[in-house]
Amino acid sequence: MSGVAARAAEHTYAAVMNVPERPMRWAQARLGTGRFAWLFVAPNLAIFGIFTFLPIAINFVYAFTGGPELMPADRAFTGLANLRELLSCSNYLNPNTCTRDIFWDGVWNTLRFVVLQVGLMILFSLITALVLNRKVIGRGFFRAAFFYPVLLSPVVVALIWKWILQRYGVLNAAVGAVGLHPVDWLLNGTSAFSWTVFVSIWAHMGFYTLILLAGLQAIPADIYEAAAMDAAPPWRTFRRITLPLLMPSLLVVLVLGLIRAVQIFDEVYVLTGGGPGTATTYLVQFIYQTGFAAQVREYGLAAAASLLLAGVLLVLTLVQLRATRGTR
Amino acid sequence: MCSLVIAAALVAAISLAPAAQAAVQLRITCYSDGNECPITKQLAARFTQQNPDIQIEIDEVPYSAILQSLPVQLASNNGPDIARVTLFGSVQRYMLDLRPYLKDADQWEANFGPELDWMRSGPNDHGIYGLMTQLTVTSPFVDKTLFEQANVPLPGPKATWDDWAAAVAKVAKATNTPFGMAWDRSGHRFAGPAISYGAKYLNTDGKPAVIDDGFRAMASRWVKWNQDGTADKSIWAAQASGYGDAFADFQNAKIVLYLSGSWQLNRMVKQIGDSFDWAVVPNPCGPATCTGMPGGAAFVAFKETRHPAEVARFLDWMEQPAIYTEFMAKTLNIPASAAVRKAGVNYDLPPAGKAAMQALLQNADSLAPLAYKLQGYHYNATIFNVTADRLSQVIAGDMTLDQAYQRITEDINQALAAAK
Repeated sequence: MSGVAARAAEHTYAAVMNVPERPMRWAQARLGTGRFAWLFVAPNLAIFGIFTFLPIAINFVYAFTGGPELMPADRAFTGLANLRELLSCSNYLNPNTCTRDIFWDGVWNTLRFVVLQVGLMILFSLITALVLNRKVIGRGFFRAAFFYPVLLSPVVVALIWKWILQRYGVLNAAVGAVGLHPVDWLLNGTSAFSWTVFVSIWAHMGFYTLILLAGLQAIPADIYEAAAMDAAPPWRTFRRITLPLLMPSLLVVLVLGLIRAVQIFDEVYVLTGGGPGTATTYLVQFIYQTGFAAQVREYGLAAAASLLLAGVLLVLTLVQLRATRGTR
Repeated sequence: MCSLVIAAALVAAISLAPAAQAAVQLRITCYSDGNECPITKQLAARFTQQNPDIQIEIDEVPYSAILQSLPVQLASNNGPDIARVTLFGSVQRYMLDLRPYLKDADQWEANFGPELDWMRSGPNDHGIYGLMTQLTVTSPFVDKTLFEQANVPLPGPKATWDDWAAAVAKVAKATNTPFGMAWDRSGHRFAGPAISYGAKYLNTDGKPAVIDDGFRAMASRWVKWNQDGTADKSIWAAQASGYGDAFADFQNAKIVLYLSGSWQLNRMVKQIGDSFDWAVVPNPCGPATCTGMPGGAAFVAFKETRHPAEVARFLDWMEQPAIYTEFMAKTLNIPASAAVRKAGVNYDLPPAGKAAMQALLQNADSLAPLAYKLQGYHYNATIFNVTADRLSQVIAGDMTLDQAYQRITEDINQALAAAK
């Protein structure tokens, strides 16, 4: 009986699948195999075109036009004026000498943030992955615990840490409880900057740890067994076996981490608002404020700054592509 | 044949009936300082009962949406019919002149004269663009309990900001309160004290000329008070841009004096109540005058509305003294309407709230003409934001006052050039 039912199901499936066959064959005959393939990718291309390529094109239009008008057709062509204004500086190392000092504050802060955040995050992710790759008690729990912050919205992450770090927050309550003087963690430039680095690492480390953990688990165990038979010390095993074989994963982590760090905005904006002063104002915040928050919105300037940012991201993406290709 | 005609008439009547009964729908984008949107909703429901041909849909949004999203919606022709707005300059070019649709435009002129100017594009514009839903006035709130505990008398009505700074520092020290004062992080709040110390902000042509001796006098004081701990510097210096509010510090008795405005009255009454004695005091003086800054929000209509007559009907209805008075009483706002202010509003407030409202009304009546002029300048928000951001950088130690003065001038010039 069950064999009959299975055959019936097979027939029904074949009949259903045959329904579109005739029109498909007809379309294929009319269009040819090459053009017929475009029919299948067309919906995806349309979505990609409307939501990705079109905004990129519009961004270019804004970057080379000026004035307060929102509609591209109403904007006057200004050529490279926006880029010139952003790049106008007597001394690039001293933002106070630049026409747009906040932009350069953002550039240097972002650079410092990227170097510190990415460097420390890779280090901590690697250590965590190495520990979680061993047979430690509660390994599953710790893997979940380290990954948990990745699931949180950046705004939630920032609000949690604001609650902890504010003047009358949890950390100062703890500091006060042990008899120490409370500290304005977010009111000192260096301290606020360091906390933005820490919070960002805390929020994203789990994701990179997971990639490195997968990389570690892909290393064949027999290589380690051979090293153990040769009585290789742990540090040499790590340096000569683990690190080279983990390099493809490390490269992915490095480039993804760099791209994410360059784009830092939401967590920091909620946590510090870019302050104190401009100590934690990063590049994307400058773009946001210039294009969306100021009374006179300088869409052209914001678009030009985002083009420069896109250039950096493009270089990083090409590096990633080349690196991953080279390590295959 | 006759039955055919009757049938045709019936079909026509049935098909046309819904069109005849269909109400015009108006959309209002509204933000609340306290409870303005819920009260508007109640009043709009009553308006619809009396005018069944007009339905009103109120979208309550955060204030940031009014500042950031509304101008973009209007620029892309996706705006509402009416919105509750504070920065008129940002949306002026989209605003609808209601004058041709109003029943009695002269009455509007008589009641809202100075505030109608704020919404106009210039001296030659005589349009009526909206209904002021409140007049706000910046004013200091003080913690009287802390003054009593410190045994320090409240400075008198003609006391200067220097007198107040000295007094609140003394109170803070005596009562172990962390700071003497805090001002909202806002260039608008700063402008009142600056004008009192002689700042002019605008030149005789009405163009920005922000940095002068008066501005410098107050800016240097404000930076000093933040740096010596008289003022809580976390309110201004902790963020790079945007508005910051110190209500929580005042509520928790972490400061003695809080410079904010009349819109805080609702929160003061509801959230502080009689936890401690608080009061509104007259705006402190400087060598030039003793003023705060006026302000307020208005329901403004937009050109793109398809129902200008209905929009005007609703705003005309809201402007009626009885309705307007009810709106003021329920929202605890100072009436912008001169007639309603003269007639008085019976606020349902506890004694401290009533005294505070009385003091706020007095402060509103003693505002300097320059403060009104500055509030009416269309790019005042640019001046205010730049002032707050650059002075915050000085307080945070990023730059000197002289560098800040130079940047304030440059930033304003850049913004005005971009606005052309």
